[in-house]
Order: sequence, then C-alpha cells, then structure tokens
Amino acid sequence: MSGKSRRDFLKSTALIGAGVTGLTTTAKAGPQNILSEDRMGVLVDTTVCVGCRNCEWACKDAHNLPAGNLEDYEDRKVLDTKRRPGTDALTVVNEYSHGKNSSLPIDVKVQCMHCDHPACVSACIVGAFTKHENGTVTWDTDMCIGCRYCMAACPFQVPAFEYDKALNPMIMKCDFCFDRTKEGKLPACVEICPVEALTYGKRSDLIKIARDRIKRNPDKYVDHILGETEVGGTSWMYLASKDFAELEFPKLGKNPAPGVSESIQHGIFAYFVPPISLYALLGGIMWITKRRKELDEEVK
Amino acid sequence: MSHEVHNPVPIKHKYFTPGVIGLIIIAVNGLVFLMGRFFFGIGAVTNLNNQYPWGLWIGVDVAAGVALAAGGFTTAALGHIMHRDEYHAIVRPALLTAMLGYTFVAMGVFVDIGRWYFIWHPLVMWNGNSALFEVGICVMIYLTVLYIEFLPVVTERFIGKVNLPKFLAGFNKPVDKFLRVLDRGLSKTMFIFIIAGVVLSSLHQSSLGTLMVIAGPKMHPLWQTPILPLLFLLSAVSVGFPMVIFESLIASRSLKLKPEMPVLSRLGSMIAPLLGIYLAFKIGDMVIRKTFVYLVDFNTASVMFTIELLFGVIIPLRMFLSPKVLKTPSLLFTASALVVFGVLLNRINNFVVAYNPPYSTESYFPSFGEISVTVGFVAILVLAYRFIVLNFPVISLPSKTAPQTKYTIRGVK
Repeated sequence: MSGKSRRDFLKSTALIGAGVTGLTTTAKAGPQNILSEDRMGVLVDTTVCVGCRNCEWACKDAHNLPAGNLEDYEDRKVLDTKRRPGTDALTVVNEYSHGKNSSLPIDVKVQCMHCDHPACVSACIVGAFTKHENGTVTWDTDMCIGCRYCMAACPFQVPAFEYDKALNPMIMKCDFCFDRTKEGKLPACVEICPVEALTYGKRSDLIKIARDRIKRNPDKYVDHILGETEVGGTSWMYLASKDFAELEFPKLGKNPAPGVSESIQHGIFAYFVPPISLYALLGGIMWITKRRKELDEEVK
Repeated sequence: MSHEVHNPVPIKHKYFTPGVIGLIIIAVNGLVFLMGRFFFGIGAVTNLNNQYPWGLWIGVDVAAGVALAAGGFTTAALGHIMHRDEYHAIVRPALLTAMLGYTFVAMGVFVDIGRWYFIWHPLVMWNGNSALFEVGICVMIYLTVLYIEFLPVVTERFIGKVNLPKFLAGFNKPVDKFLRVLDRGLSKTMFIFIIAGVVLSSLHQSSLGTLMVIAGPKMHPLWQTPILPLLFLLSAVSVGFPMVIFESLIASRSLKLKPEMPVLSRLGSMIAPLLGIYLAFKIGDMVIRKTFVYLVDFNTASVMFTIELLFGVIIPLRMFLSPKVLKTPSLLFTASALVVFGVLLNRINNFVVAYNPPYSTESYFPSFGEISVTVGFVAILVLAYRFIVLNFPVISLPSKTAPQTKYTIRGVK
C-alpha cells in the first residue's frame, strides 16, 4: 500500500514537472530584448556643445511639457548648479570647468542612455519597459504600477517619478522621440542642435565616426567612447576632452546591469525544477517522519 | 472535541488596557498620514525623491516584514514536516504572526506603489526576468496559503457554536454544516498547503535578496554580493524561531500567562547553529570579496554593518550557546530580541543605508509621516493579534500534565 502510494506520488510529481516545463517553454516569456544590427544611437561630442540648452526647450516642446520661450534659455545662470533629468525636463545640460587647458567650459547633455541591456527592462515587475528594435527604451503607462524598481535598478539614475501626484503618477524619462523617429523625423534635440554636437545614426556607424575623430585629434579627445562598452553598451555615446569621471559620469563596468540578477533568477527557477524538487523532497520527509511515528506507536 | 489538557483555547482576558489605548492612538496617527498619502501623493508624506526611490516603507514594512514573518514557515517545517509534535503549542501563534505579518507586507506594498489601483497587474502582466515579479507573485500565493492554513482555527471556533442574530437564525444549521464540510476537506488536503507554504517561503525569502543585486555599484560593497539571495534565506530561517520566542514571551507577559519555557528553551537551542551558518556565509563572503577593507573607514555604512553583525548575530549567537540563557525567560527574551533587531537592521541596511546613488545631493532619512505610517501598521498588527488570540483558539494553555498528541493544523499527522 505504502509502496504504491509512493510510486503514485513520484509519478504525479514527474507529470507535474513535465507539464510545467512544457508550459514555460510555450508560454510568453518576459519582454524580449531585440538587439538589431541596425539599431540607432546618438553620438554626443561634448567638445562641440556650447551649452545653448536649445535641446532642453525642443525636448519639452516635443513632449508637451511646459517649455516657455526659447529666448529664456540663453540665461546661463542655470548652468551654475548641476541638474538631473526629472519630471519637468527629460534632458538637461550641465557645465563643467575645463581646468588648466582652456578657459572654455565643457557642456554635457544628460538624458536616458537607452542601454542595449537595460536594467529597467529587466527589473520592471510588469514588463512596462520595452527595448525596441531601433534601440529605443520606452515605458508603457497602461502597465506601470508605480513601484519605482526601475529607478533603483538604473545604473545612470535616470527614471524620475511624479511624487506629487496622488493619481496616475508617471515614470518620466527620455523616450528617444520614439513617435518622431517612427515617422522618419530626427529626435527633437538632435534636430534643433545648432552646432551639430549631436549626431544621430546607426550605432555601429557612430562608433566608427567616434574612433575616427579620436584618431584625427588625439590631443583634443580622451581615448574613450563612453557608452561603447559601459554596462554592455548604450545607444547614446559620448566623446570628451576630459576624463569622464570628472564630468560626473558613473564609473561602470562592461557587464550588462541585469546580468547577475537574471542568472540568479533563472537559476532558482530553471524550468521550475528547483521549486518542484524542493516540494517533492519536503513531501518525502513529511511522509517518512509520519510513517516512522506510526510505526513507533504500533510498537508501543 | 476531545478532552485534552493541552489545547489551544481563546484566552480569557480583557481587551482594553492602557497599553492598548496607546497602540490605538499610534494606529490612528498612522492612518491620518496614510490619508495624506492617498489624497496628495507619495511626495506629500515621505522624504522619497528621484535619488532615493525606496525608503522606510520598502525596507521595513516589506523587506523586514517578510523576514520577521518567517516564523510561520520555519515552525510549520519543524512541526508538520519533521513531525516534531513537542512544538505544537507554538505553531498556531507563529502561523497567526505570519498571517498578520504578510497582510501587513501587502498593505505596505499597497501604500508604497504609486498606482495602488494597479496592484493586480503582476497577476496578468508577467516579467520572468524581474526578481520583484517573483517576490510579488510568491507573496500573493503564500498569503492565500496562510489564510487557508488558518481556516481550521476559524472552523474549530465556530463548529457547534454557530449563533447568528435572530433574523438569520434559520441559517445556523446550514452554516454549521458548511463549516463541517470545509473542515473535513481542509483536513484531507492541508499537507499540500503546508509543503507549498515552505516552498513558497524559501523562494521569495531568497528572491527578496536578489532585488538589490541589479542596483550593482549603487549599493555599498559591504552588502552588495551575488550571494545576497542565500544570505536573505539564511537570515530569514535564523530569525524565525527568535521571532516566535520574542512574540510568545511578550504575549504571555501581556495576557498574564505562564511562559511556555520548556518548548521555548528547546526551540532556542536550535537557534545557535542556524545563526552560525548565516554568520559563516556572511564572514566568508566578506573575506572572499575582501570587503573588510571598508570596515576601517569610519562612516555610516561601516558603523551600521558592525552593529548589525555584532549585536544582531555574534552576541545572540554566543548567548544562545549558554544553557543558562535558554532557561531564563529574561535572557532568552533578550537574545531573541537581538536577533530580531539584527535582521530588521539588516533589511534596513540593504534597502536604505547601503543604497547610494551616483548623483545623490542629500542623504535620505524617513519623514515623520513615513515613520508614523510604519509604526501605525505595527500597532494595528499587535491590536489584531490581541483580538484574535482573545477570540480564537490560538494560544495553548500550558499544563503540568504531559502534552498529548494534538495537531494544531488538523489533517497533518
């Protein structure tokens, strides 16, 4: 009797295991990370940028945020304090002193980097973030529950949250003008830039352009394309005349931000084998201890 | 019902005492700030901002709440899976703590997420890559399992005693019948839920540790390690029994009952090895990753790490090794309270203290409103616990007669 029930138990466990395995292979997985060879990017040459902040105005204008008059952006006092992209501006320009080489300042435009392996896409509890084929990382307001895990996960500290709204607070970040690029238009910031500090193009071409610029002007640039390899590569990349750490870029390794957590996660849940094995093991212990106790009682 | 000497019974004691009135005031204060959060947004009540997206509510209400409710699954494993019947007196109180604890976790999540009305989204929108998704789903299922595990306490309370108000009196019989059917069904299937509870707990206790791994260098190296899930699981397992002892001793003091020292001492004797394993992994990780170099800098991180390890693990570990501590209620209470404190601090450290974003201009400290809500929730939890043990058969009254075999969750033999 006991032998039979144990065999049945093993059989049904195996069946459940097989069923779940079949289910997971056919069921829709989390958001796909499509990395197209032709994905787009922007090369930001901080040695060209003059800090006119027209990009800030164009961005707000394109995203229906209060933008004000373009002339007001000529006021350079704003650049005295370091700012971060937030709910009122998806991109900002910060200014740094050049140091001993030149009296001219260095201006750095900051926005979402659109990582090739985005931490936000991996982290989001409901999969509200998507990495698109053209490189863009977008956020879906209809899915988001406002848990802000994307903000905790982002290595560049980019997503912002509308803390002052009781209903429907949004996660705000640069969307690489997804709606504009779909229609063949340039991102708003790239289009307005008067000095061509921003180059929009295929990411692979941009890397070639950047290498070429460094090669032709080795005195002007540091030999580093920020975003080429950082956290597995980003769509937005930067050139600079100064070490990027001095321009307040975080020091990041080459491994994609979600790498470790995803391998742990998939290790614990590999085809649901570990949880099901644990269930079977505990069931076995429970059955054995029960049987042993029954035997003890019979002896008594 | 059989006439056993050692039985869980509703405790006869009055509900209101000066302490209870104090708790009610604390709870109401928390609810007032909670209303502020729902009417004016999270920013109106908390000190959270774009630099620090997670604070006290995630660190304490959610992360520490889950860890401190671990007594439920550790005692279930001991009592029902290992069939150690001598512990049956503590299984129900531990189950009640876990049930209320996880309810409190769910409430914590509900108030912390920006769009609380979308809290059901993870049920239909899946992201298998997300550690938070795993935690969310497991906690939801486990909370359901805990309610099911507690149902026999409710049926036991009402079977044969259904007494509805006059105009519904006609339903007394059908309701009683339903309870009996339910009770019998639960008896036969309870083992499925008990094993499921232990599996689900092991899964989400560890995945809670995976949460901050993705934050990478934003988290202080003293805490950021790929074995975080293992450390979270081990610390949850080692805080389970101390939490049961802590809460049992408080309950017996408050309800004027004799502390169940024989059971608690035996339970206490298992804590030192569990804490030892946790400590070994924690120190081993520190040695392998050479993070001890950060301990020489004198800053918030190093001080908090030292307090966590010294007062939360090492000192209570030494205490639990002493037979005198195990036999003395006050010392046993102190040692257990230290472990509880250590795990609470560890979760705060992992989610709040260790988190240091690259562009932080100011550091985060919870606002009065945030603290009020958290403390208010704890007060509500204690009030609910008190109400349930006074009205339902949860706490077993100790007796000099040898305890007889009686299962706290029926159907598990």
